[in-house]
Amino acid sequence: MPELPDPTHETYYSAAVNEALDEELARDPAVVLLGEDIGVYGGAFGVTRGLFQKYGPERLWETPISENSVVGMAVGAATLGLRPVVEIMFMDFIALTLDQILNSAGKLHYMYNGQVTVPMVLRTPGGAKGGYGPSHSQMLTNLLVGIPGIKVVAPATPAAAKALLKSAIRDPNPVVFIENKRLYPRRGPVSGPDFVQPLECAEIAAPGSDLTLIAYSAMVPLALEVKKGFAAEGGADIEVVDLVSLQPLDTDTVFESVRRTGRVLIVEEACRTGGVGAEVAARIAAECLDVLEAPVLRVAAADTPIPSSMDLEKIVLPGIPDIVRGVHELMAW
Amino acid sequence: MEPKPIDLLLDCFRKMLLIRRFEETLSDLFERGALGGTSHFCIGQEACAVGVISAAADTDYIVSNHRGHGHLLARGLDPVRVFGELMGRTIGYCGGRGGSQHMCAMDHSFLGTNGITGGGIPVATGAAFALKYRKESRLVLAFFGDGAANQGTFHESLNIASLWKLPVLYVCENNRYGMSVPVSASTSCLPIAKRAAAYSMRGVTADGMDLLAVRRVAAECIAHVRSGAGPVLLELETYRFCGHSKNDPRVYRSREEEARWAERDCIVLLGKRLREEFGISPDRLESIRTEVDAEVEQAVAEAQAAPSGDDRCALGGVYA
Ligand SMILES: Cc1ncc(C[n+]2csc(CCOP(=O)(O)OP(=O)(O)O)c2C)c(N)n1
Repeated sequence: MPELPDPTHETYYSAAVNEALDEELARDPAVVLLGEDIGVYGGAFGVTRGLFQKYGPERLWETPISENSVVGMAVGAATLGLRPVVEIMFMDFIALTLDQILNSAGKLHYMYNGQVTVPMVLRTPGGAKGGYGPSHSQMLTNLLVGIPGIKVVAPATPAAAKALLKSAIRDPNPVVFIENKRLYPRRGPVSGPDFVQPLECAEIAAPGSDLTLIAYSAMVPLALEVKKGFAAEGGADIEVVDLVSLQPLDTDTVFESVRRTGRVLIVEEACRTGGVGAEVAARIAAECLDVLEAPVLRVAAADTPIPSSMDLEKIVLPGIPDIVRGVHELMAW
Repeated sequence: MEPKPIDLLLDCFRKMLLIRRFEETLSDLFERGALGGTSHFCIGQEACAVGVISAAADTDYIVSNHRGHGHLLARGLDPVRVFGELMGRTIGYCGGRGGSQHMCAMDHSFLGTNGITGGGIPVATGAAFALKYRKESRLVLAFFGDGAANQGTFHESLNIASLWKLPVLYVCENNRYGMSVPVSASTSCLPIAKRAAAYSMRGVTADGMDLLAVRRVAAECIAHVRSGAGPVLLELETYRFCGHSKNDPRVYRSREEEARWAERDCIVLLGKRLREEFGISPDRLESIRTEVDAEVEQAVAEAQAAPSGDDRCALGGVYA
């Protein structure tokens, strides 16, 4: 892990998100929270716990179950200078908001020729956590990265979650901030209220020299475990690149790593077809062909809905054995 | 000093003529193949835009739909720059990026036309939320059609606006058709204003062909909204005299029906009232018409002479 400047304490990923919201609510009166059950209940995953008691109904607006209009309202409020942060309870539900994300949030600044900005954040937990089933488990990054005008970030650590959410709230553009149900209970160091991190940067999560393992969100801890496993056996020396930002992509960091290692494995929790992994692979193929010692490989979720049974879910999702197999395959070239 | 009521009415008359002439000219340009894409003309509906917008303050925000030229011109935008936008010129309000259905002029508190049927309704509601949050006395006028009233966004937004007492006036211009579908075939609950009751808010239906009626009712609605009592749904019964968009042969309605509505042409009606009730001479009204015709002709020429945008305009500015 790269050194975090001035870590002040250690906390859970969900609590890190909560701290970012808390600090930004305190810092800027234009920040308002909108979402279902985010009040006394504290949100479906407890991420907004305590904030309603602290800031009251003037700052936390509990909405009816009307996702598309709530996101549209956030857009409208943002054009007049508020900084709304909307919680969408499960990432699968962004399907209901896509009209407003695609046609309003992502387009208004451009099509109105810069006369308005849309400084809003849509927070949502993606990913499967064991048994939530087809409508509550998907990582839908594929849907988002084809939408010009929005930024998409998917932090993997409590530190990044906190620092990037603060940046997202302060950013003048609409940002989709992807949390992950599997990451919520993970602990790590975080910084104090003044630390923010640029939204558009990938990170070398762990350096290595033989192979670049690219991941984001909940796949980053898996990638780091795989790295450890190979290191313990004296196998391939893996560099783990955490993409962090999915739109725009920090290809500089990716290419720089690939030029050092010559081998690339991309891991993601989203479906294989037409997503972030495919895009990263295409860009590497176009820019780094001269240094590649093997084809760019991908490990991703199967192109299926996520089944409810936990045994079936494991079959569909990428796991450590899949990543290990991919590494072996690449090293055999 | 407040302008005299008669001057206000004459200004409304002038704006209605301007909108009509603007739309007719635009329709000609399309017929001559001088413009790309399409456009939705509001010929016949001018009293709705002018009546409501003239009853509001200039600082009240407007969110409009795909049939928005009337709203833009009623708010006092420069016809040269509106034409310019439709022609993709740099002098256009959005440099040619937005065109007819995505035109915005924040210096006129015009928060944009919107090409997604019903897409502007939540945006307007959110703008009203921001105004309430900041305790401003401004409000938002949200214009849309009868077709849009069947979108989820309509129902979701009205529910929230009523719950949170947001300062927004929803203006549904019921012109009898959503593209080709008659409102009786698309809408189970008529008049549309009745739907307001489902959201515990005030709903009013008014004659959208009578400028004076629109102004009066809109002023009442606006006073209600501005007082903080919550949103209002205002339905204006009107008719579009032209096709839905360019090249619409109007096979879905009869020429007899059109002729019946033509008898209630809002411009003719207002002209008659100005003459008969306010003693304005026919010559005075005719000279306004001549001025407007010249203004529109001049505006087209100016817009046509302006340059188109470049690569930077096409490719830049996706992010702030
Ligand atoms: C979401 C969406 N669906 C369909 C269309 C195509 N469309 C454009 S205008 C229109 C009719 C809208 O009817 P109404 O809201 O009554 O407005 P009017 O055209 O009568 O002014 C349709 C179907 C669209 N632009 N957006």
